[in-house]
Amino acid sequence: MALLSVTDLSVFIGRLKPLDGISFDIGKGEIVGMVGESGSGKSLTAMSVMGLLPLIGGKMTSGSIRFDGIDLATLPEPHYRALRGRRIALISQNPMTSLDPIIRIGAQIDQVSILHLGLSDAAARARSIDIMQQLRIPEAATVHGNYPHQLSGGMKQRVVIAMALAADPELMIADEPTTALDVTIQAQIIQIVVDLVRERGLSLLLITHDMGVVAQACDKVVVLYAGRVAETNGIDAIFGEPQHPYTRELIRCIPRHDQLRGSLTGIPGAVPSVMDYPSGCRFHPRCADALDICAGAIPALEQKAAGFAACHAAINAAGKVSAHG
Amino acid sequence: MVNFLIKRLVLLIPVFLVVSAIIFMIIHLVPGDPIDNIVQIGSTPQQKAALTAKYGLDKPLIVQYAIWLGKLMTGDLGEAIILRQPVSSLIAQNLPHSLILGSLALVFSTVVGIATGALAAICRDSWVDRWVMAVILLGSTVPSFWLGLLMILVFAVHLGWFPVSGARSWSALVLPVLTIGLGGVALVARVTRVAMMDISRRDFVMMLHAKGVPPWRINLQHILRHALLPVVTILSLRIGWILGGAVTIEYVFARPGLGSLLITSLNQRDYPVVQGCLLMLAIAVMLGTLLGDVVQALIDPRVRERTG
Repeated sequence: MALLSVTDLSVFIGRLKPLDGISFDIGKGEIVGMVGESGSGKSLTAMSVMGLLPLIGGKMTSGSIRFDGIDLATLPEPHYRALRGRRIALISQNPMTSLDPIIRIGAQIDQVSILHLGLSDAAARARSIDIMQQLRIPEAATVHGNYPHQLSGGMKQRVVIAMALAADPELMIADEPTTALDVTIQAQIIQIVVDLVRERGLSLLLITHDMGVVAQACDKVVVLYAGRVAETNGIDAIFGEPQHPYTRELIRCIPRHDQLRGSLTGIPGAVPSVMDYPSGCRFHPRCADALDICAGAIPALEQKAAGFAACHAAINAAGKVSAHG
Repeated sequence: MVNFLIKRLVLLIPVFLVVSAIIFMIIHLVPGDPIDNIVQIGSTPQQKAALTAKYGLDKPLIVQYAIWLGKLMTGDLGEAIILRQPVSSLIAQNLPHSLILGSLALVFSTVVGIATGALAAICRDSWVDRWVMAVILLGSTVPSFWLGLLMILVFAVHLGWFPVSGARSWSALVLPVLTIGLGGVALVARVTRVAMMDISRRDFVMMLHAKGVPPWRINLQHILRHALLPVVTILSLRIGWILGGAVTIEYVFARPGLGSLLITSLNQRDYPVVQGCLLMLAIAVMLGTLLGDVVQALIDPRVRERTG
């Protein structure tokens, strides 16, 4: 059984509906990548799973989020709070702003294990330093007494990861954990997270817009576009035979060293705004394979090979293949 | 931290010199002089010139300043021309009244202001927030001398709980402290509320929620601590105001104090007293700012490093 199972999740913020029927599963020990351009609803999905939608004025209107058999949508706040940081932990996007600037690093990590595991101050400190060492933070005991502004961005992100690990969670959600960092340390941080997750057998939802990172790290991929799931499949299938034209475009955008100079490509057009989503398939105005039906009917997320895709063209193509075969 | 303090104290020396020069010069911009107030009617210009020379007022301003500053360094504030007493003893009689009133009012506005501001921020957009903010708006728009009169009318005249005026008992302090303090409460509460609401939108607060920290701890241990930074700035700027600017309140309640002394001596152009009073206020403002900086440095490690 999946550890986290999100089914048909829809979220409203005011009268806008930035998430519209999101479904995906994360199994025990699985690393699932969630990709899509900015504004596709990746972070909002993370907020929904963390149960932090009220903080940004959001409201879950339909669907369910089940974590280890617990229905999170109806879970009372005190129980949810006991879960947050304990069994589900968040690694946030921007380590520069995610730490309280006037409280020592150590106290911020200790806080988690004191709160959730009931450790004494001394035990929490020892535990935090141990985790910091596992994250290869040099001179962990000294850093434990430092303030956030005394650390580099990469070190701060390790501290944020240490906070996430402090109470031994089962599921971690990493929301673009390296976007704010220098390119040179991005790969390092991802590697550290992935190694730790594998080592401890945790599940990880890795939100990113970098298909390269997904290719390196993930078992499974969920592709979001404009608040809906475009495609979800295993890592090999996604890169081997992408079904959705949007997935293909994303993969085409990964720069390669053997590419001709000046041939860097993007996807033409821009992600539509949540204020003004196109009818039918939301990708159709930018889609090279768009059919007549795409502007009119919303494609359902249907089983395609090993995964699921929401695309009229892909399903038609499949129909043709089976007709020929 | 010790480095930080020494640096701030050294920085105060040039400030003090500039301020003392301004204080000395500014009173001479006011038309008239103390001699006009002490010469007898019908005296000859020669008699007046003799008096002017007696108090050294015939010398060039810059020389007068040098003499005054020289004496100041030895702790001598000079002799009051009209009141015929050492300025230092005049200040010694009046300053304690201002200090007690000012510090009580400051404590009152700090404690009550932070508490109500935090309450409003935590219960934002609820009826608690709306009521607190309405009362605070009222409190910050009502002029304090009028509020003082109103208090006298209600609590002293009608209810008879407190004395109408004077400074003979502790109970005489209640109404003036409330009058000055309430204006501060309004200010501090508003700053606290806005700061807390602003800080609650920061990423690290979202992260605290994600860590499962209970909301009351997020509010009190994290958000409020940050919100204290602007509050401390406001309060430290208010210290000088409360000591000297509360003069209207001293008048309303007929209390002795630095403010009353200043106004009286200003009217009589009693230069040495005015200069002494202004100097005390300037020192209060400087120490207030220093105190504010120290408290900020204690709260925020980044401030410590920037200046330390």
